[in-house]
Amino acid sequence: MTITVQYFANLREDIGRDRDEVTVTGEVQTVGDLWRHLHGAPPARLMAAVNQTHARLDTPVADGDEVAFFPPVTGG
Amino acid sequence: MAVRLFNHAFDPWTLVRERERRLPLEGFGACAVFAGRMRDFNEDQDVRALFLEHYPGMTEREMERIVAEAESRWPSITCEVAHRVGAVEPAETLVLVAVWSAHRVAARDACSEILERLKHEAPFWKRERLADGSQRWVEKNTPGH
Repeated sequence: MTITVQYFANLREDIGRDRDEVTVTGEVQTVGDLWRHLHGAPPARLMAAVNQTHARLDTPVADGDEVAFFPPVTGG
Repeated sequence: MAVRLFNHAFDPWTLVRERERRLPLEGFGACAVFAGRMRDFNEDQDVRALFLEHYPGMTEREMERIVAEAESRWPSITCEVAHRVGAVEPAETLVLVAVWSAHRVAARDACSEILERLKHEAPFWKRERLADGSQRWVEKNTPGH
């Protein structure tokens, strides 16, 4: 399946790009699996969204999903 | 409900006045307003400028969800919510939450709830430029301040 991955704030700067288009096989079933597949162990306080809705590391991912990773939000 | 993002300076009081011109004010006995401005200090450092990054699409959806959930919890309210994105200078307004209701408690409680949820759920990230020219990402909002 193909997934669009986006990064924001200091995560984007640390990774050095704002997105990845990735094709993954069956062992990537969740948001956490996707992060580990791309970047190894997830950092503390990693936040995520699937299709622009807040998600957790155990949220399932599906073909065509837009997944975003970001640090804790600091608006307001 | 009105939820807006501004990529330039905005006057929160103008937004409140414009909204009040369109409201049947006879039915709204209370209006609670929170306007948050950029400080020129944070964590003991002088801050010269701020950049507010956001997630186009999700940020708007989250703001609309937060306001819709407040309007469902307090059915008598109507809201005007605005937030800055992009480059911000000290004293410029970062966020406006204005809530009208028949009575004071719903207006005050909903205003506070919307603001706290914006701070903890809506995807915005602040990067500060300090007096020495260095930049840093704000790691967390000041809890309960």
